Amino acid sequence: MRPLFTLLGRELALGWGRGGGPLPALAFYAAITVLLPLAAGPDTSRLAPVATGVAWMALALASLLSLERLFERDFEDGGLDLLMTGPMALELVCAVKCLAQWITTAGPLALAAPVAAVMLGAPLGSAPTILACALAGGLAFVFVGGIGAALALGARRGGLLVAAIVLPLFSPPVIFGGAALYADQLGSGAGGGLLLLLGWTAGAVALSPLAMAAACRNAVQ
Amino acid sequence: MISALAVKGLSVRRGERILFRDLAFRLAAGEAVALTGANGSGKTSLLRAIAGLLRPESGEIVFEGAADADVARHEAVHLLGHADGLKGGRTALEELSFQAGWLGGDDEGVARAIEQLALTPLLDLEVRRLSAGQRRRLALARLIAAPRPLWLLDEPMAPLDATRRALLARMMETHLAGGGLILAAVHDPLPIPATVLEIGA
Repeated sequence: MRPLFTLLGRELALGWGRGGGPLPALAFYAAITVLLPLAAGPDTSRLAPVATGVAWMALALASLLSLERLFERDFEDGGLDLLMTGPMALELVCAVKCLAQWITTAGPLALAAPVAAVMLGAPLGSAPTILACALAGGLAFVFVGGIGAALALGARRGGLLVAAIVLPLFSPPVIFGGAALYADQLGSGAGGGLLLLLGWTAGAVALSPLAMAAACRNAVQ
Repeated sequence: MISALAVKGLSVRRGERILFRDLAFRLAAGEAVALTGANGSGKTSLLRAIAGLLRPESGEIVFEGAADADVARHEAVHLLGHADGLKGGRTALEELSFQAGWLGGDDEGVARAIEQLALTPLLDLEVRRLSAGQRRRLALARLIAAPRPLWLLDEPMAPLDATRRALLARMMETHLAGGGLILAAVHDPLPIPATVLEIGA
């Protein structure tokens, strides 16, 4: 277990330091939520119904931002070689990297999500559901997004490629989370959508490391 | 843990080009092999194939004495090349501690490496501030900090000054005396007795 914590500690340290840590993603998130009322008008009766939905969708987009660099630095500087000659299977290494990304970037984003929604006029009572969706969904976004990040290794303008690969895979969790938020708004309980979201997340956490590792192995060839 | 490295009938292809075909050699514990050959002849690719990073076209790589090749690659092989995996924004000590911890070393090993490679004045510096030679010394420190039997070295001497080359030579001698194996891609001769293997000839 010791190598696992060694790696996690380093990935967390790099995640906080890498390109300002969670700040770019947070700034992007803030920009979307501030621009929406500017674009759609400040009338709360128009903003409130879509507030949770917008906060949720913006979270998915903001998660994309920092994904590009997930493997790229290690690929360029030989870090990936070092990780591959270490004691852990590459699949586990990929999972640990995603976990660190979730803690350093998706975590702060998840905390920002309820704030953004309430600012846009969502009722205060919806905050716990949004936080739950953002935490679970954030994990799915990171693990699924990691596949895109690994596949785009070595490509120029990898960021665009990551978005193109990953956005279709983001739609199921966005739909499930959206359903949970909508049900919550109607007062019928967010349970069903949240369970589906958790299920999708569990699947992503279990399966996507296999794809990430395969893509990384291919990239270092 | 590894008593010998045996390479049999190995062919490696990069894109459309075959770098070398039917390469065979054996490296026993306590021996060093110096890989020579022109630029682009496949020295680095051979090292990467042995480390398991590159799939060879055909042939076999056997780590004698190890349970299987996968285990050997995860626990008994050091690969050190130009891309050393050191992160510019972290301090030398943080990077050395990580590399040692990740590759199976401990604090005692880190202390030994710092002493042998005279890294004390560099420890608090960010890696990006190190010169090429200092950076290579920091990368070499993992060989001492995390003892593993097979060293795959890609141009290990290149950025080092004369004193440090002598130091590396002593490190290699000690490693061989302890039953280690060294396979080094070089342009200048290795400073220790080594069998020369020219590839792409």
